[in-house]
Amino acid sequence: MHAFKYHRPSSVNDAAALMKGEAKLLAGGQTLVQTMKLRLASPSDIIDLGTIKDLAGIKSDGKTVTIGAMARHADVAHSVDVKKAIPALAALAAMIGDRQVRAMGTCGGSIANNDPAADYPAAVLALNATITTNKGKHEADKFFKGMFETALKPGEIITAVSFQAPKRAAYLKFKNQASRFAIVGVFVADFGGTVRVAVTGAGPSVFRQADMEKALAAKFAPESVANIKVKQDGLNSDMHASAEYRAHLVTVMARRAVEAALK
Amino acid sequence: MGAPLIGARVERKEDYRFLTGAGQYTDDLELPRQSYAAFVRSPHAHAVIKKINSSKAKNSPGVLAIFTGEDFATAKLGGLPCGWLITDVNGQPMKEPPHPCLAQGKVRYVGDQVVIVVAESIDEARDAAELVKVDYEVLPAVVDGSKATAKGAPQLHEAAPGNTCYVWSIGDKAATDAAFAKAAHVTKLDLVNNRLIPNAIEPRVANGSYSRADDSYTLYVASQNPHVERLLMTAFVMGLPEHKVRVVAGDVGGGFGSKIYLYAEDVAVTWAAKQVNRPVKWTSDRSEAFLTDAHGRDHHTVAELALDKDGKFLGMRVKTTANVGAYLSTFASCVPTILYATLLAGQYKTPVIHCEVTAVFTNTTPVDAYRGAGRPEATYVVERLVETAAREMKIDPAEIRRRNFITAFPYQTPVALMYDIGDYNATMNAAQKLADVSGFSKRKDQSIKNGKLRGLGYAAYIEACGIAPSAVAGALGARAGLFEAGEVRVHPTGSVTVFTGSHSHGQGHETTFAQVVADRLGMPIENVDIVHGDTSKVLFGMGTYGSRSIAVGGTAIVKALDKVIAKGRKIAAHLMEAAESDVVFENGAYKVAGTDKKKTFGEVAFAAYVPHNYPHDKLEPGLNENAFYDPANFTFPAGTYVCEVEVDPETGVVKIEKFTAVDDFGKIINPMIVEGQVHGGLTQGIGQALTEGCQYDASGQLLTGSFMDYCIPRASDVPFYQVDTRETPCTHNPLGVKGCGEAGAIGAPAALMNAITDALGVKDMPMPATPQTVWRTLKNKKAA
Amino acid sequence: MAVKVSLKVNGKSVSAEVEERTLLVTLIREQLRLTGTHVGCDTAQCGACTVSMNGMAVKSCSMLAMQAEGADVMTIEGVAKPDGTLHPMQAAFKEHHGLQCGFCTPGMVMNAIDFAKHHPNPSEQEIREALEGNLCRCTGYHNIVKAIGAGARAMAASK
Repeated sequence: MHAFKYHRPSSVNDAAALMKGEAKLLAGGQTLVQTMKLRLASPSDIIDLGTIKDLAGIKSDGKTVTIGAMARHADVAHSVDVKKAIPALAALAAMIGDRQVRAMGTCGGSIANNDPAADYPAAVLALNATITTNKGKHEADKFFKGMFETALKPGEIITAVSFQAPKRAAYLKFKNQASRFAIVGVFVADFGGTVRVAVTGAGPSVFRQADMEKALAAKFAPESVANIKVKQDGLNSDMHASAEYRAHLVTVMARRAVEAALK
Repeated sequence: MGAPLIGARVERKEDYRFLTGAGQYTDDLELPRQSYAAFVRSPHAHAVIKKINSSKAKNSPGVLAIFTGEDFATAKLGGLPCGWLITDVNGQPMKEPPHPCLAQGKVRYVGDQVVIVVAESIDEARDAAELVKVDYEVLPAVVDGSKATAKGAPQLHEAAPGNTCYVWSIGDKAATDAAFAKAAHVTKLDLVNNRLIPNAIEPRVANGSYSRADDSYTLYVASQNPHVERLLMTAFVMGLPEHKVRVVAGDVGGGFGSKIYLYAEDVAVTWAAKQVNRPVKWTSDRSEAFLTDAHGRDHHTVAELALDKDGKFLGMRVKTTANVGAYLSTFASCVPTILYATLLAGQYKTPVIHCEVTAVFTNTTPVDAYRGAGRPEATYVVERLVETAAREMKIDPAEIRRRNFITAFPYQTPVALMYDIGDYNATMNAAQKLADVSGFSKRKDQSIKNGKLRGLGYAAYIEACGIAPSAVAGALGARAGLFEAGEVRVHPTGSVTVFTGSHSHGQGHETTFAQVVADRLGMPIENVDIVHGDTSKVLFGMGTYGSRSIAVGGTAIVKALDKVIAKGRKIAAHLMEAAESDVVFENGAYKVAGTDKKKTFGEVAFAAYVPHNYPHDKLEPGLNENAFYDPANFTFPAGTYVCEVEVDPETGVVKIEKFTAVDDFGKIINPMIVEGQVHGGLTQGIGQALTEGCQYDASGQLLTGSFMDYCIPRASDVPFYQVDTRETPCTHNPLGVKGCGEAGAIGAPAALMNAITDALGVKDMPMPATPQTVWRTLKNKKAA
Repeated sequence: MAVKVSLKVNGKSVSAEVEERTLLVTLIREQLRLTGTHVGCDTAQCGACTVSMNGMAVKSCSMLAMQAEGADVMTIEGVAKPDGTLHPMQAAFKEHHGLQCGFCTPGMVMNAIDFAKHHPNPSEQEIREALEGNLCRCTGYHNIVKAIGAGARAMAASK
């Protein structure tokens, strides 16, 4: 790891003030510390958000679940409120990485990083979440801009994410054998009348599958998506999964997610 | 004394320290004035080094020294040697291009070490290593073994034209061709035995130090055979007498072959320690381990089996290209020859076999023995052929095996080996029963109802272990003996320290060997300690590999014990004033037959060290014996594995529903430890077949360079195993043992691939059977 | 630049001067000389570095030492009783031969203890899923899974 200067601000404002040059925010660090260890990232400054108290809470009013940016995946997975309001979201959090990673990794960190194979972005998009930052709010549909790119401006820090509770939902993930990241993850959320289908892992960034959403809005049933062929154009292709295989898996996982949501 | 210790499930003596964090692995050791090394490694698979500029790095904070290949050449350090000479089909020695510790003039694989940087801290060493500027002229690379000998392929070594190390063969070609000419059926397969990356969880570590007081070196290293490491390093590389070098391999976190070899880093830190007059430690990180630990397997094979109309094997013809990587690693040359082609008879009476092996250099990490070493490749060839032949001829795959099993022993195979004993029907029958093969069709129907595919596959493997009779090995090209040494040091009060040249890095020798000793001497196991892994303590050793520890190392200890007991008998006879021939040793005491006269082993030991009443005219005082044991033959563990899989045709995911292993390891000392060895071996074999596939791109960059892309099995990838044993004791060692460390890795891939191809209804598919590969295979089958 | 970090390790308060880039595992191994915590990879997959931080199993190779400021950390050295008696989970690993080379073992045990607190009577599948972040190359997991099941039940029984 290259040398850097370490900061431990006590408020979001203090943290924002430190964000200059090659500074990086440290949330759970489950991605950032690895990249730094491998000398693939060399930030000049590390701003540790770990001790900012008001970033960690989880709130639910039954219709909306608001998760603090520094809430750990384990907190979300075990939260009684989340399990009650959006069980699929708790289940997704329980599927991220492994239990040690979930003890450290955060919702805000995952979303801000926008790894193409991360799980949380699928939930954000499918559950039409609102991302709150120190500078304002972002709609889910306008937040994820591309591989590792988001609508966050320099100096902007996620403070919380509010997910809308659907009528029913499920997230299904087809894992890369080695990394256990998603090769394809499909989050299906039925809001009664409207259905949102978000796909992660398959493309450079999370995306919605409009034809499936339409078919499921007409009839929320597995057979509605079972025969929808997903285009491979623009999908990721690597040694683990070709674009063709990923496209195929999107359909399979979507159908199985609908089955799971109906259970 | 209580129940016999041999055959008992004794909990391990070594566990307490491992479970409490008190193990002492090499990286745990910090020497006074410790310094740290980092290596600058080649980012290119093939390049000429034009210039190395270390001036900036030299001024980096904390740097103590920087050395290049030129410095090593000036110091007249030799290259890394290969320990096995293969003679080619024309009677010529194999090509042995130089393997410098630090690259000289050229780099030949990504990770090839170019510069060593020594600094005050590991971070400083790495910071400085980044500042070393190496100008390369990049050359085209060849990575695929099957393309290495093609016309126009990039050439790695001047000394090896056509990138060919050797072309070697075994067996009677004319007789084999004749057998094929009269065959009723021929089964042919093109097989790739995929390259694997060993990945012991403890990465390699080497910590070299030098003492000006007596001009001696100590190397602490994560090694499977410290004595051989010392022999190779002193005699072949550094030109030092052995008594000036001590090699210590304490607790070692797994090896699987990858820690057998003498590596460049080991030499570099040892030599550098003298230059900087401080201990120099290098700890591999996982990324370096992927690039530089010797890889395993990597064969391309065309294999044919000739059968008569009843499914009797008439002959086997095999042609293999073995990719040995960029340089010859320590035992690389014997793996695809001596440890591979000699096993092609399997458990069968195939009368004639011919095998030709071409070993080639490529711009990839050197390949050497990895758990099983040659024998998994042989088993894969034989058992995929046999199963495929059975399917093609519509004979039950177990039945075709039974028709061809060797049933009379000793049996001379057409490929050099003489099997001493075995009972292949016994393991097959037991495996079929345990696997509930008769219920398979019902389970298959149920799977089909659930939209899944189900398949069952066998592998009836054999391995040659207990490596090795030195004379045989020598005739085949080994440049070292393959005996083992043991010493039994009885202390004055009767407790015992045993020194063994075998090395334990997970196998549990401290327990198994202590069971043997305590059982023979009739004493509690707590009174026996086993010491290994330190050349300054253990008289000599050839180390641990080839499932040789109990069969060869254990026997050496037994031979030393025999001497101890015999000497004790003389002492006891004197003490009891009896004739030596009347004295028997049982349950830890010497007794005069037919009387109640008795001296405990402890009393006799005490008399040996406090020899006030002692037969000084006939015996020296003391009770300390050693023995060197050179085995008369290999041992031949064998068994039958049955694998049952369910495949999700939509995703290509393979689920192992049942994995049954019935092995014949001869006598078993500790069944708990043996089962553990089988479980671990099976999982590595399953890894080869399901998840592990080393991949390079065409330019020689390793694509599977971390656990993010290279999948060693996790707990959720494997089932509980059903394991059992049958026993035909080895005929030529006193314990009747055969060895068990590699069996699982040898038999599992063939069983699994036989099951998957059965489920998919295809003749063949490549390993690893990842979901994508399975899905594509099914898709291609549908299209065809 | 050297900075100071203060935390509790195995019940004892410790303060250390570290470089800012120091990982928690480096602090534990190199400075505190608690070498039972191991490093087996550099991509947070193997779990050999697992320790307990504030009661939860975490990977000490994936966090900076500074992130552990004020934390209560337990390493494998702090698990057995002061008189040397093994913790029920350690004892279960021994009894069920859940370790071979021992290198992954401390991480396995640290994760297993945390897991067992939440799963007093875990199923085979729950255990296997809980081991997603711990690699073992020796045992094939068979006996580790058995050991964790037995250890969890022993922990529950000894409450």
